[in-house]
Amino acid sequence: MEVFKLSTANLVVYLHPSKAGNVPQAIRYELGKLLFKFNEVFDGVVLSYNGNVVGTNAKILPTTHPNETVEKQITNAKIRPSIHPYFGVRLKAKLLLFSPKPDMLIEGKVMKLGEELIHVVVLGFCSATIIEEDIRKDFRYKIKHGEEVYASTSERRHVIKVGSMVRFLVKSMDEDMLHISGSLLPPNTGSIKWLDKDEDLESERRVKKRKGESHKGMQVQGMGLLDKELLQNNDGSSKKSKRR
Amino acid sequence: MGMEIENNKMEVIKEEEDSEVTDSEMVRFLRNALQEVGETEFESSTHHYSDLVAVFGNQDGRDTDHVALLVASSRALSRAVTYIDIDRHNSLLSNIFRMSIWNFGENVMDALIDLIKALAASSGKYVEDCLEMLVRNFKPPQNLLNFVSQPHGIAKKEKVQDRVHKALKDIAELMPVSLLYLNGIVVQRMPRMSSKNDFPRKIKDDLQLSEIYVESMLKLERGVLGRFMGNVMLSAVVYRLVELDVEIEWDEILQDDPSKGIFDMEIEDTDEAADYNDDGEVCLKAGFGLQKMGADAFADRLDSLMVLTCEHIKSRADEGHLHEVFDTLLLSFKKSILDTHKSKFAQFVMFYACSLDPERCGVRFAVTLADTFVRAGESPTTRMSAVAYLASYLSRARFLPSTLVVSMLKRLVDWCAKYYCKFQDVEEENINPHVHRVFYSGCQAVMYVLCYRMRMMVDVPHLKSLLLDMPLESIFRNSLDPLKVCLPSIVNEFLRQAKAARLFTVSEKFFFNDLLESDLSKTYGGIERLDTFFPFDPCLLRNCDSFIRPHFLYWSIVNKTYDDDGDDNGNSDEDVNEDEGFVDGDGECFHDGDRNLDELDYEVDLDEFENSMNKMSITPRKSLKHMMPARIRPSTSPESL
Repeated sequence: MEVFKLSTANLVVYLHPSKAGNVPQAIRYELGKLLFKFNEVFDGVVLSYNGNVVGTNAKILPTTHPNETVEKQITNAKIRPSIHPYFGVRLKAKLLLFSPKPDMLIEGKVMKLGEELIHVVVLGFCSATIIEEDIRKDFRYKIKHGEEVYASTSERRHVIKVGSMVRFLVKSMDEDMLHISGSLLPPNTGSIKWLDKDEDLESERRVKKRKGESHKGMQVQGMGLLDKELLQNNDGSSKKSKRR
Repeated sequence: MGMEIENNKMEVIKEEEDSEVTDSEMVRFLRNALQEVGETEFESSTHHYSDLVAVFGNQDGRDTDHVALLVASSRALSRAVTYIDIDRHNSLLSNIFRMSIWNFGENVMDALIDLIKALAASSGKYVEDCLEMLVRNFKPPQNLLNFVSQPHGIAKKEKVQDRVHKALKDIAELMPVSLLYLNGIVVQRMPRMSSKNDFPRKIKDDLQLSEIYVESMLKLERGVLGRFMGNVMLSAVVYRLVELDVEIEWDEILQDDPSKGIFDMEIEDTDEAADYNDDGEVCLKAGFGLQKMGADAFADRLDSLMVLTCEHIKSRADEGHLHEVFDTLLLSFKKSILDTHKSKFAQFVMFYACSLDPERCGVRFAVTLADTFVRAGESPTTRMSAVAYLASYLSRARFLPSTLVVSMLKRLVDWCAKYYCKFQDVEEENINPHVHRVFYSGCQAVMYVLCYRMRMMVDVPHLKSLLLDMPLESIFRNSLDPLKVCLPSIVNEFLRQAKAARLFTVSEKFFFNDLLESDLSKTYGGIERLDTFFPFDPCLLRNCDSFIRPHFLYWSIVNKTYDDDGDDNGNSDEDVNEDEGFVDGDGECFHDGDRNLDELDYEVDLDEFENSMNKMSITPRKSLKHMMPARIRPSTSPESL
């Protein structure tokens, strides 16, 4: 399962007749109301949309009270009775959804750190907290150079502080408040900087292995800039690995 | 129970002192106290937990022991927030959220604010309650209301506001979703408006609370969070201005001399309007001249709120955000002010905002009003109101470039000419002024603007040619006969100036010196009497006027096309800043070469003045309550009489 989903939705947006003069704007306004709120139908938080009006026929809800003018319904079956004469515009919209579920790994920025809590913000709008009990024992709370940090006892360079990007496990999510309860118990969680370096080390080992197997370095060069950077990183991290 | 709790508290403190309890131990102690509470707190609440609840239930900031305990408890609890459960610790939470930080010193304020921040950020459950608590602290508790107006109180107000706003910002950083709730909470929590039937004391208190609250709202908009909160705050403030405005009725504004005509209404006699006490301070006879004390309090507060709003606009303009603020104001004007029946004061915030950037804001306001007037989809009342605003604005705003005034005038004249073409076959006897009320309001607006600006236009050759090209004669002399329908005082003044400027041949039959206000005018004005609505007549609010005055064109300094010397109005009441001159947007003088406004004669010749009154004032007394009255406050400027 992915944290992000791309869904195509068939929607009917009901607009007040006063908005008939500028339907696209009214549609944008209605779709805008979906943003950054959890929607049960889509099972996620709508992050963006791209809607196109489908067809030119609008469904009109006439201004009749449900208890009256039954005749009208009979004469024109397409018109449904309603108190307000809203008209429905059919849309096909592509929606980008954010849908974190328990046991997924997500990333966010540490905004505040204390002994009892780490506050994280994901994608700039969704808050998350990781309580003391959900931080693995490997991490110790310290005050380093006047700054509160959680530092790993086994990996000296693995440090979480304010401003760090962290990867953590989703325990639960309060959908109304867009609040995630997270965990740093699994070993593949923690500061992204360190975790990625760890992955780089792995890839470096793989590259070296490949180099050993093939004497031609052309294959690596052919992979472009990314690989150059990778090699540069690997040069730096190889020293670290020796230390480790 | 109370004594028992106090003793218990003392024991806790003693324990702390004796054994030098560390912060960590205190946190652990509170965690245990919170964990000991059973599923339903009332059945199995522990001794320690009850003490904790009682600590936050006491709002006495004078008891030093209690203050020490409160600081220690708050600090420790902010590190144990994850142990608080919304169901099990309900009484503790409700006591915390009921606290008013105004009751305490700075150390308690800081500790409590930290606790609220920690609670808000701990999980999503408490965000709304925390925001509500902070927003409630925008205003002081009732018992501190008098204290807040004293110097110490003002200092305290700033301390509280700084902390509350900082807390809101910090919460928004940790819980971005809080911004979605904040707007709604701030608007909902606005102090309610008291009715004029309430006791004067209550009205005064409510209005003072309202003012302090609005101050915080504007501070919020100015702050870091402002750009995330849209235009809600300023719109709500403008709406509150309108609410206060409508509480003051025209009937409650004293008329110092109901025999004066529209153009004489600005003339005031300061000696009559004010008394002076022993210290030389001005004592108004009835405050703002409002007959009812309740209404006077409303005017007083409205004045303060207007000043706050103008200061806010100015500070936003200084920061380079005037256009964003202006967008909000324009929207609020259309939604709240334009359709308010004869708004008296609230519209001056627009006037002030326009004055800060005449080239963009000033022009946009005029164009919006003109658009509203010519738009067929709008209701006739809205269109008449819009054109009244436009006429008054073009006449009174001295910061407007002359080219804009002329182009707007041309737009009005063209619309009137086009309208007339559709009805030129109507016979004069069959005219129903009510049916053509929008047309008449347009004609009256053209005349009103020309009363103020004709001289400026005829003195500049290219503007004069534009004026002469306008089909003025055809719109004023036709079967719809606006000269007979519009307000006679305006028609008279217009014709007098038109005659002097040789704009067109004016027949003597069009002068209505001996006529009372025509019934036709009343008919076209409708029951709302929009024919007598001049929204930007001089501002009656003393403090707000200081923002408006430098940008305001008073009738007393308007150059007329006719020779003023013979029957000068002598209206020297307006202490116009004489150094400023009268310069349009292009740096071009509005007035004739050698003759400067500074040289205008402000001497009062009472005989001539009365004579002039008799000539110009033909409006019956009973209708004058609908017009902007003479300025009823004493002018404190040294130039005034």
